[in-house]
Amino acid sequence: MVFNKGKAMRKPLLCLKGLTKAYPGVLANDDVSFEIGEGQVHALLGENGAGKSTLVKMIYGLVKPDQGEMILRGQPYAPSQPSEARRNGVAMVFQHFSLFDAMDVAENVALGMENPPPLRDLAQRIRDVSEEYGLPLDPTRLVGDLSAGERQRVEIVRCLLQDPKLLIMDEPTSVLTPQEVDVLFKTLRQLSAEGTAILYISHKLDEIRALCDEATILRGGRKIATCDPREKSSRELAELMVGQILTPPEKPDRPLGDVVLQVDKLSLASNNPFGTSLKNISFSLRAGEVLGIAGVAGNGQDELLLMLSGELTAPAEQVRLKDKAIGNLGPNARRSLGLVAAPEERLGHAAAPDMSLTENALLSAAERKKLTKYGFINWRATDAFAREVIARFDVRTPGSHVLARALSGGNLQKYVIGREIELDPDVIVVNQPTWGVDAAAAAFIRQALLDLAGKGAAVLVISQDLDELLEVADSFAALNEGRLTPVRPAKGLSVEEIGLMMGGAHDMHPAHEGSA
Amino acid sequence: MMIGSINIAVLLAALMVAATPILLAAIGELVVEKAGVLNLGVEGMMIMGACVGFIVAINTGSPLMGFIGAALGGMALSLLFALLTQALMTNQVASGLALTLFGLGLSALLGQKYVGLTPPRTPKLDLGPLSEIPFFGRALFSHDIMVYLTIALVAAVWWFLKYTRGGMILRAVGENHDAAHALGYHVKRVRVLAIMFGGACAGLGGAYLSLIRVPQWTEGMTVGIGWIALALVVFASWRPWRAMAGAYLFGGIVVLQLNLQAAGVKIPVEYLSMSPYLITIAVLVFISSGKARGSLNAPGSLNRPFHASN
Repeated sequence: MVFNKGKAMRKPLLCLKGLTKAYPGVLANDDVSFEIGEGQVHALLGENGAGKSTLVKMIYGLVKPDQGEMILRGQPYAPSQPSEARRNGVAMVFQHFSLFDAMDVAENVALGMENPPPLRDLAQRIRDVSEEYGLPLDPTRLVGDLSAGERQRVEIVRCLLQDPKLLIMDEPTSVLTPQEVDVLFKTLRQLSAEGTAILYISHKLDEIRALCDEATILRGGRKIATCDPREKSSRELAELMVGQILTPPEKPDRPLGDVVLQVDKLSLASNNPFGTSLKNISFSLRAGEVLGIAGVAGNGQDELLLMLSGELTAPAEQVRLKDKAIGNLGPNARRSLGLVAAPEERLGHAAAPDMSLTENALLSAAERKKLTKYGFINWRATDAFAREVIARFDVRTPGSHVLARALSGGNLQKYVIGREIELDPDVIVVNQPTWGVDAAAAAFIRQALLDLAGKGAAVLVISQDLDELLEVADSFAALNEGRLTPVRPAKGLSVEEIGLMMGGAHDMHPAHEGSA
Repeated sequence: MMIGSINIAVLLAALMVAATPILLAAIGELVVEKAGVLNLGVEGMMIMGACVGFIVAINTGSPLMGFIGAALGGMALSLLFALLTQALMTNQVASGLALTLFGLGLSALLGQKYVGLTPPRTPKLDLGPLSEIPFFGRALFSHDIMVYLTIALVAAVWWFLKYTRGGMILRAVGENHDAAHALGYHVKRVRVLAIMFGGACAGLGGAYLSLIRVPQWTEGMTVGIGWIALALVVFASWRPWRAMAGAYLFGGIVVLQLNLQAAGVKIPVEYLSMSPYLITIAVLVFISSGKARGSLNAPGSLNRPFHASN
């Protein structure tokens, strides 16, 4: 962390001048200007919808700016497509990986290169580069079988093979364990020391303060500030980013009640060929308790949610809600007994994209809110319920008739979580409740879950966001390859301990120290 | 070699002829689906090829011109599908079904004056001494050139998909069109080209029916072969050689049941006629079941419309 000094001495690599891009109805970027120096790690910071993605897409040639210009190493630079950007030494690692599951690592790398060598030579080069930067990869494996961390390595190696001068990384740590993040940072610092500039997009402030030399903050498509992130506190950065004062969620003090949900030595095969089977899961949850379950994506989180929501059934006795054996019951039966769930995938799982908010309200509330009678729907009551959720959870939408897919991620997430909370459940299970949601909406959702727990409901939060879990959870466990660790009190757990619980250190090697 | 009254060499020879139109249509559709597009209009493009090929061959007197016309005819119809699904973003399933109905109707209209005519003969390819070999000469080496070109086409498609950069890009577009777009590949361009290739192949398959296998033009003469080709692609797990095996299996049973009918076997004709469809599907289901990989081989973006958003 010591090699970033003297930013004044850096030669500028890329200058952005007055970049503007409008889409129908939105000004995605409004007169954005800043500079990235050679070998600099430059953070681009902002909420969802602040215009970060549009900006980097312009640099990578996926989007043409309406106005403004870019200068790369003193030359005007206006890439019309990504291949031109790549020829100019600009490479990008995407947030939702641009990988092809059914193809192997070497093919995936070749697809991202301009003039790939024959696949056999390429395989050797992949091995060499991945060793050099401490990112081991087997070129012959199918990408569909890799973990999220390994997939990211494929993307990074693909960029490194082209010897980039500027590496753009879009939210690279959202899928990694703390240990994997450390390895990634070592690699990035090594690259920076070798003279590669890095444009690092994130909304995780601690990371940016640990890694970056300079930060540009975007809000609503405009540049708010460029500053040295180390001279600001995380809180100052957050407030610049959000444009308002943030208050951390309040945990109401409450005594824990009786055990309401108990899972006993449950093993369950996944219903998905790429999925993870649950192995010998046991835990119990008390009224008023918030249990956080951490884990890297793909370690059984989806299956755990399906098992609890009733979409996957189990032997009756192995899941007990209060005194009832419910393992063999389906989702509707469980809902009427007081166990509700909100899955990770908002569109297509939690909500039907092409149905209105009212119709989506009916789908989960019909039982508990008695919205149907003799098989007929009481639309008036359903619509009233939908409006109530919209009002109470501050869902920004023109009305309850709007299609679910028309809502932004944060608004829809508030709606689907609010819909379950309004059912007044005894137990609520949520998976990734704030994934891809802006900071203000995330804080709102967390607070709503805590308030529900304060009223005596048991809350189970499955999340990959450790900060979130530490903020809301009373007790803590982690999923690793379908196994659940023993539940521990959240108070006093260090990030290292959590990392070990997550056991996510798949064959990780730190980058070679020599370069530091 | 004879079994009962059935000559095996003749049976094999007839099998290759019967399988060729299905194989042509299937290999075209395989490429289309590998690019992530589901074109259910194979039957319509085939019948267009059969009709246009027949008309061109009659009017020019040249079977070669007929086949070229058929490829263009199938391609023209596929371009309509490409326009609908890639530019106007219509639903692929509905557009494909409409294409089949449209092709059947349009070909019936165009072909009205040609019913009952005999097309110019397509000569057998002269393979010299090869066709003199006992048994094999008769079974394998006494066909018209289209039979061999079709096999060469299967090999070429296999090689293209597996070993060339173009093939890799095509598979990438079919596997994950968002990622392919993000890397700067032209998803729609690749898809339109694949659709055109599929149309040309289906057209050739249709012309093979009307110019060689039957040879005559009758309305609706493809009788569902396009649908079998579609099923073949799926059950062959999108693998060219397996599609060929499936087509030859189908062709074999078609020919065998015709022979059995002629030999007067005491099974109702309806059962014999449906047997190729039943047996081909049963065998291919059996091959592709059990192993999860078979279904995973499906292109990830198949039948998903691609729209480049911002």
